[in-house]
Amino acid sequence: MSATSGVLVIAEAEDGAPTDLSHKMLGLARRLADDLGGGVDAVLLGENLGDSANELIAFGADRVHVGDGAAYAVYLAEAWMEKLTTITAASPPAVILAGHTTMGADLAPRLSFRLGTTVATACVEAEVVAGRPQATRPCYGGAAREVLSFKTEPAVLTIKSKSQATPDRDDDRPGEVIRLSIDAGETRVRIVERKIEATAGVRLETANVVVAGGRGINGHEGFKKAQELADVLGGAVGASRVACDLEWCPPSYQIGLSGRTVAPELYIALGISGAGQHMAGCGNAKTIVAVNTDREAQIFQSSRFGIVGDCQEILPPLIDELRKLKSESKT
Amino acid sequence: MHIAVCVKQIQNPEIASALLRVDEVTNTMRLASGVSPVMSPFDEQAVEAALRIREALGDAKITVVTMGEESARQVLKAALSLGADEGVLLADPACQNSDSYTTAVTISHAIRKLGDVDLVLAGRQAADLDAGVVGCGLAELLDMPAVTFARAVAVDDGMVRVDRVIENGYEIQEAPLPALVTVSHEIGPVRKASLRETMRAARKPITSWSADDLGLDSEQVGELGARRIVERLYIPNSDIECEYVPGASAEEMARNLARRLFEANVL
Repeated sequence: MSATSGVLVIAEAEDGAPTDLSHKMLGLARRLADDLGGGVDAVLLGENLGDSANELIAFGADRVHVGDGAAYAVYLAEAWMEKLTTITAASPPAVILAGHTTMGADLAPRLSFRLGTTVATACVEAEVVAGRPQATRPCYGGAAREVLSFKTEPAVLTIKSKSQATPDRDDDRPGEVIRLSIDAGETRVRIVERKIEATAGVRLETANVVVAGGRGINGHEGFKKAQELADVLGGAVGASRVACDLEWCPPSYQIGLSGRTVAPELYIALGISGAGQHMAGCGNAKTIVAVNTDREAQIFQSSRFGIVGDCQEILPPLIDELRKLKSESKT
Repeated sequence: MHIAVCVKQIQNPEIASALLRVDEVTNTMRLASGVSPVMSPFDEQAVEAALRIREALGDAKITVVTMGEESARQVLKAALSLGADEGVLLADPACQNSDSYTTAVTISHAIRKLGDVDLVLAGRQAADLDAGVVGCGLAELLDMPAVTFARAVAVDDGMVRVDRVIENGYEIQEAPLPALVTVSHEIGPVRKASLRETMRAARKPITSWSADDLGLDSEQVGELGARRIVERLYIPNSDIECEYVPGASAEEMARNLARRLFEANVL
């Protein structure tokens, strides 16, 4: 592997195993590295990682740097930066990939500045053009895309979840595992406490169906109906910024530019006009269905199915009919 | 206690995306005519966080800093009307077409020039390019500890305490001042300007600094110092045709939709 043709993937683990996004990044890294003529390194820091290193090899890594110890139980930028800069100094990559997660979106910008380069965040695609990495990322609330190249090396990218396909797993792939020393150095930032909020039901980001309410859902009652619909479909409930600002639902429901990003199979937008800032959070849904009283609402331009009507009148019969069809399809 | 809040003026993100037009020569977004630019919503939330800290402490000086065109003075005025004390405008033409890197370089020099800043706040990302890089970059350039995605920020005894949003909850982080915190929308609704504060704002100072004032030469800022190249900015075509589900009544439309979702294998 030549000095600056490799790709380094900053993998993440959840419950002791690499995340799905880590697998996907390895698929992308493999394509980039093959075009650059280099290899794929992965780094994983965590605790009780078990056989994670070999799993990363099976999904495409040539070499895996693993730090497995209590010092890495929870992500802290300073501790991760320490290890990563040591790895990149020993073998400078041409490209670094991290997930666009609360870890990657925090780590990658800092790492890029530390390494004297820059970062393209929330990328949906990356390729090698004329020997140089290029990244495509949504901007303007997902309404536009920009294609970026880099004057400095390495090109650091954070990759959006669900933007890539999962590569085939090959447990016979050869690869090297490097065990990193566990040194819990002093960090300026300290985690006092971690509070896991078990949201009742399905998590928004991973839900296959998301039912979202906006101004047109008309209050708390509307959200109860939205929850009922989501329950029938095994989905989660989200909201537009307006609905959150009106306190019809908790702020954690917010989908959009200033909220969560979801990419479900089915997104049901109830009384949502579809401003750019909202579409930023749901534009990657496979199928959007909209209910809105305004036939000209922007949301219909992104929707495969639409009903021009009032959510309050549509929801009860829609829930009944779907419940009926669901039970019929099971029998 | 001196808090610096970094804010950005952007095209109103609430406008319909159909109004967006790309200038294909410069690879930049044209401002939609007739729509006033606004403060990026996450930056409004950063200003809100600063005001809440001041209320909790009883006293703090809040300086808002923006880099942009001369028109960005408007977002400083907006922040002063909410209760911030002073504004700093970085509108040197040499700084135009900055990337995240040169933006962070320029603002970091302004914060150094302010001298006694204890806490830097910024929105988690700007609601136009959605990059979320400048905040963390500032922390690196200023060698400050940083905590991102805050849903609550409190200052006590030389420390900042942050509730940081994570995928499945939040974590409470602490860092010694001076420090940088990026603020997320989970901080909740922001206040509106009061008439009293708006009247007072007219007399609050706004200082304008050029790159030269900050000790930066033109190769270090703007497009010249940038580390990325925008190869292309475009608006992807939507090939979706909406099928409006028919029906004489709400019940009929609802039933038809449910059936269509099954027929089309969406469910």
